[in-house]
Amino acid sequence: MQHGKYRFIVGFLVIPLAIYAIFVISPFVQAIYYSFTDWTGLSSDMKMVGFDNYARLFKDSVFWAAVGNSVTLLLLLPVVTLSLGLFFAFMLNVGGRRRKKAVIGGVRGSGTYKILYFFPQVLSIPIVALLFQFAYNPESGALNAFFQAIGLDSVQPDWLGDPQIALWCIMGAMIWANVGFYVVLFSAGMSSIPKDFYEAALLDGANRFNTFFRITLPLLWDTVQTGWIYMGILALDVSAFAFVQIMSVGPGGPDYSTEVLPLYVYQKTFRDGQAGYATSIGVSLLIVTLIFSAIVMRLGRRERLEF
Amino acid sequence: MGSTSDFSRRALIKRAAALGIVTVPAMSALSACASSGGDGGEKAEKGQKSAKNPLAVNESAALDVVIFDGGFGDKYAKDAQAEYVAAFPKTKGKVKLASTQKIQSTLQPRFNGGNPPDLVDNSGAEQMDFGTLVSKNQLADLTPLLDAPSIDDPNKKVRDTLRPGVVEMGQFGGKETWIMYYAYTVYGVWYSKTNLQKVADAEYPKTWDEMLAVCEKAKKKGVAGWTYPGKYPYYLPFSLYPFIAKIGGAEVLRKIDNLEPNAWKDPAVKAAFDAYYELYKKGYVLKGSPGLDHLQSQKAWAEGKALFIPNGSWVENESAKQIEKNPDFQLSVGAPSSLSSSDKMPFGTIWASGGEPYIVPREAKNAPGGMEMLRIMLSKKSSQNFIKQVSSLTSLNGGTEGLKLPPGLDSAQQALRTAGQNIVNPRLQDWYVALQKEKIGVGALGEMMAGRMTPDEAITKIQKYADETREDSSVKKYKR
Repeated sequence: MQHGKYRFIVGFLVIPLAIYAIFVISPFVQAIYYSFTDWTGLSSDMKMVGFDNYARLFKDSVFWAAVGNSVTLLLLLPVVTLSLGLFFAFMLNVGGRRRKKAVIGGVRGSGTYKILYFFPQVLSIPIVALLFQFAYNPESGALNAFFQAIGLDSVQPDWLGDPQIALWCIMGAMIWANVGFYVVLFSAGMSSIPKDFYEAALLDGANRFNTFFRITLPLLWDTVQTGWIYMGILALDVSAFAFVQIMSVGPGGPDYSTEVLPLYVYQKTFRDGQAGYATSIGVSLLIVTLIFSAIVMRLGRRERLEF
Repeated sequence: MGSTSDFSRRALIKRAAALGIVTVPAMSALSACASSGGDGGEKAEKGQKSAKNPLAVNESAALDVVIFDGGFGDKYAKDAQAEYVAAFPKTKGKVKLASTQKIQSTLQPRFNGGNPPDLVDNSGAEQMDFGTLVSKNQLADLTPLLDAPSIDDPNKKVRDTLRPGVVEMGQFGGKETWIMYYAYTVYGVWYSKTNLQKVADAEYPKTWDEMLAVCEKAKKKGVAGWTYPGKYPYYLPFSLYPFIAKIGGAEVLRKIDNLEPNAWKDPAVKAAFDAYYELYKKGYVLKGSPGLDHLQSQKAWAEGKALFIPNGSWVENESAKQIEKNPDFQLSVGAPSSLSSSDKMPFGTIWASGGEPYIVPREAKNAPGGMEMLRIMLSKKSSQNFIKQVSSLTSLNGGTEGLKLPPGLDSAQQALRTAGQNIVNPRLQDWYVALQKEKIGVGALGEMMAGRMTPDEAITKIQKYADETREDSSVKKYKR
């Protein structure tokens, strides 16, 4: 039944590919085209300027600050978020003490924790960002009030106002907002791992540490990898933009310490009327993203365990 | 598909999907606003010019107005719209007034497509860049409006009824006036007379030594002298720039606006920076100010945690709720204190300038209608309506007779009278937005007031930023 196979496949793919080309590929091509112009975004009058925009990028210190911060987010955010998500999910599903009959189970009260962890997911990003902004308020915020209450009167950081820690503060809020989703995602993944694997391991005397690294993580690898890419994109894109835009001083400050690429694109387009230059920043964001996904896919390639 | 072939279906889908996820958000945001070109249809025909209709508005043509819905709301514009319909009854139902906070994202596609509204209040965080609009020839010259007779006195041109400096602010080096600033803002050091009396038993300090003494007294009572929105440190210039002008003369600010080399190295700048830095060093600034936004710092100030705040006259409307809690607040604005007796300008020198910039797009279908609406808004009746609603002055000179002004606005009026000719109007904040707000504000002034940078370091850094802007060919330059 080999014959006509390709025609069959092509027949099915024509429409989706056409849609993909119109709505995904063509905006790319357009954006790349605009990145070679001096388009202002406020008038349809523009001319080609060749590689001028890209030459400017190399000299633009704010751009490099943004690249640095975006890459920091890209490297740290997925690691921390996914590790926390994995840890919590493991404790909720597998990590508990053995009880009667059940082979494996979560820690006491795991149902409640699950709801608690997932709770941030029902809040929209701006609300989370605002909540944290209030908590970080150095004058009347919860964090400094807490330090005062436990007698640490001298420790009163400016949080978002201090260039040394501002990015970490924002990252904290992003992790808080996202970790719940991965707890649920990984919980679902863990529940599809056959119980007998754990049973066998426990009979052999494996402890929690071993069960996690020998059974749970390898069998969950596909899910982790998906989460990794997803989280990485979040760190580069919409989520980073929204959190930085709402929370940070400036926004993007203090002193560009929290400037990220998508925010810089936005500022150049909507504040400075330099849409052409902004598209060239966008193209460089695209390149960073592609490199990231290529690396993740390459690193993540390993034998799939069938069960 | 009975057999397994070399390419794995799953791998293909996965890769395609991953690529899609990766790239769509990155790029689609950009191309969503890609220019579409095309023409926006016919312009409305001119109407009959008459004494009642000096701009020759087509009496039955539609009018399309977009208002920034910010601190001033949109009610004053709706009231003016009603006046417009009353003047041209045939336009009933054809006058469209939209209000939004997202000026740029709403209007950018329309400007790109050559189909903009007839009148726009281009204000707020999403303000469209004026330099770009002017250089791309997107705005109509408002000279016909300025030369038309005013509504209240047909013998006077609109131009002659405006506050000094308003027309010049709307120009960009040439003869044409592109922008009509409707509101009139007084910037300075805002304080509560009552609090000042209660905490430091003092009047507004006229000299810097007095200022330091007042702050010292306040500190002993656990009240900070100053606070400012550290998240938006470009509020500091509202009192700092006139302070510089007062010390070294208005010429210093003109050089700064013109991006002249070493403009920031002027000794007046250093003196002013040193004075403000001293506030920080002596602990007179409310703790945590570097992390507060404008509302948070205004709240702390209105609650009496700090005496002074650099701000503009909109603060009365914006902080109204907190000020109301203390009915005896007596909001006032003070001009920068004198640093020494050798200051070049007298006490009272203050920053005042137009706000709420209105524009009529060149491609507007009914440009005369847009200008006529502005002419109505600049009448005494509409002006007073605005003052009453949002407690801010308008660009119409006077017009406050017979009105009971709220305390802050009243003190702003007085400050203007005291200042007389000594009103400065630094243009950095409308000419070079990124330089003013982000680089000078967040990058240097904020750092200095947070104690992470000395005045000398701040000046060096700002001078470097100014030099970069001067050499950046993508930024249009202006001179005054």
